[in-house]
Amino acid sequence: MAFLEIQDIGKSYGAREVLAGVNFSMEEGEFVSIVGASASGKTTFMKIVSGLLAPSRGTVTMGGQLVTDFSQEAAIVFQNYSLLPWLSALENVRLAVEAAFPDFNRARQNEQSEKYLKMVGLGAAMLKRPSQLSGGMRQRVAIARAFAVEPRVMFLDEPFGALDALTRATLQQELARMCSEAARPVTALMITNNVDEAILLSDRILALGRGPAASLSPAVPVDLAKPRAADLLFHDEKAIRIRSRLAEFLTAGSQSRPSAVRAAARGVAKTIPVEA
Amino acid sequence: MKTLSNMALAMVGVVMVGLLWAIASATVAPDLPSPVKTWQESKIYVLQPWEKRGEMDQGILRMASYSLFRVAKGFLLAVLIGTPLGFLLGASNLFYKMFDPTIQVLRPISPLAWLPLGLVIFRQSEPAALFTIAICSMWPTVINTMQGVRAIPQDYLNVAKVLRLSPWKRLTKVWIPATLPYMFSGYRLSLGLAWLVIVAAEMLTGTPGVGGFLWQEYNSLIYSHILLCILTIGIVGFALDRLMGLAEARLRAA
Repeated sequence: MAFLEIQDIGKSYGAREVLAGVNFSMEEGEFVSIVGASASGKTTFMKIVSGLLAPSRGTVTMGGQLVTDFSQEAAIVFQNYSLLPWLSALENVRLAVEAAFPDFNRARQNEQSEKYLKMVGLGAAMLKRPSQLSGGMRQRVAIARAFAVEPRVMFLDEPFGALDALTRATLQQELARMCSEAARPVTALMITNNVDEAILLSDRILALGRGPAASLSPAVPVDLAKPRAADLLFHDEKAIRIRSRLAEFLTAGSQSRPSAVRAAARGVAKTIPVEA
Repeated sequence: MKTLSNMALAMVGVVMVGLLWAIASATVAPDLPSPVKTWQESKIYVLQPWEKRGEMDQGILRMASYSLFRVAKGFLLAVLIGTPLGFLLGASNLFYKMFDPTIQVLRPISPLAWLPLGLVIFRQSEPAALFTIAICSMWPTVINTMQGVRAIPQDYLNVAKVLRLSPWKRLTKVWIPATLPYMFSGYRLSLGLAWLVIVAAEMLTGTPGVGGFLWQEYNSLIYSHILLCILTIGIVGFALDRLMGLAEARLRAA
């Protein structure tokens, strides 16, 4: 049995079916991304997998255990940072560390929190409140908070969605570095609307089809050596192939969809050969 | 410059109201003491504000301080009961459905109605006054705290959930800080109400304080002292509200 198993989950809100017949599994140490356009049910999927939302049908198991609540061994990075504004960066991280490592004494909890803040390059800004930090720095704090609890699995819910393109690129590399520097292989499930981001970071990518009643495409393996530089997306044959396969999945069946969704799918397709 | 002109305009307003008062006392209300007469008959209370000549014959600041202490105790009681009550109402739908109708019925009851009940229950004027102040001034605290708890952004609740915070940490690190600005708005309104209630409470119980003094001087037909008390009540109330406003602003800035 795989580490994380999702069996035939579906979610409906009244008569509206958001997800239908989603099957998915991942092993420990894998970095898997789910790409999908906005409003395709990505966030619902993530909430169900992480245990924040109960599915209407089907089951989620982690390490053989049925997931009914957010796991003690998991951490999550939200798109909108979700830092507590009345706590400093350090206090935000320490709050997570205190809850995850109640046996540590105060000094050790502090040390653990500071270590991860330094790792994301915030050693000098630890005592600042979120309101005194830029969007990119806030997300770094959120990433430090997730890594600091040394989770068995990390959920990333559009972690860079709220950032500008430049900050986004920097943080993608930063996240890749954090993953490679971690003591054990990081098990991560990332949700994103950005195919390039998924290719840069993941071992395997799946596309979430169009809602309503969205389901997952077959997995596309990303067999590219890490670390991956951003320009690889434009030169590497394999990367370009992966990208067009995903674009196919994302565009499939979009003819009948509203124009906004089609436009989003076109955006993905357009970037493939032209910029290369 | 701007504050200076604002202050000048405020002074013009004060002078105009004073003029109206003087005209009224000279024409339609002969029993109403004029501003000058009020000052002459009251100045001993103002110029020797801490003097104690008798139980009900004390300097105005001394009288006001008795009232303030009484208000402080009643207000503290209101805050101590009202804040947790507001938290419960905001956090639990069951609790809300159970008690909100009762609260809505209790809320509009006048202090004049509560006080006799307090006297019946406690058989003494002081606890009865505190009871009345607390029960009348509690509601803004209850309702604001409740609304503050309801308005906690889902993001913060998610944080508490995914970090698996203990109930105590949840309360102290998420719920209370998120609700604090609402709570303080409630405290400010509650303090204003407590000050309103004090006069009624002191009048009916006859205890020394601005309200008690006011009622006694009405009974002794010294009407200028009624005006002195009214002005004192207004100024003290204004100062209290400003102080709470400052505390609130500091809190929002932090």
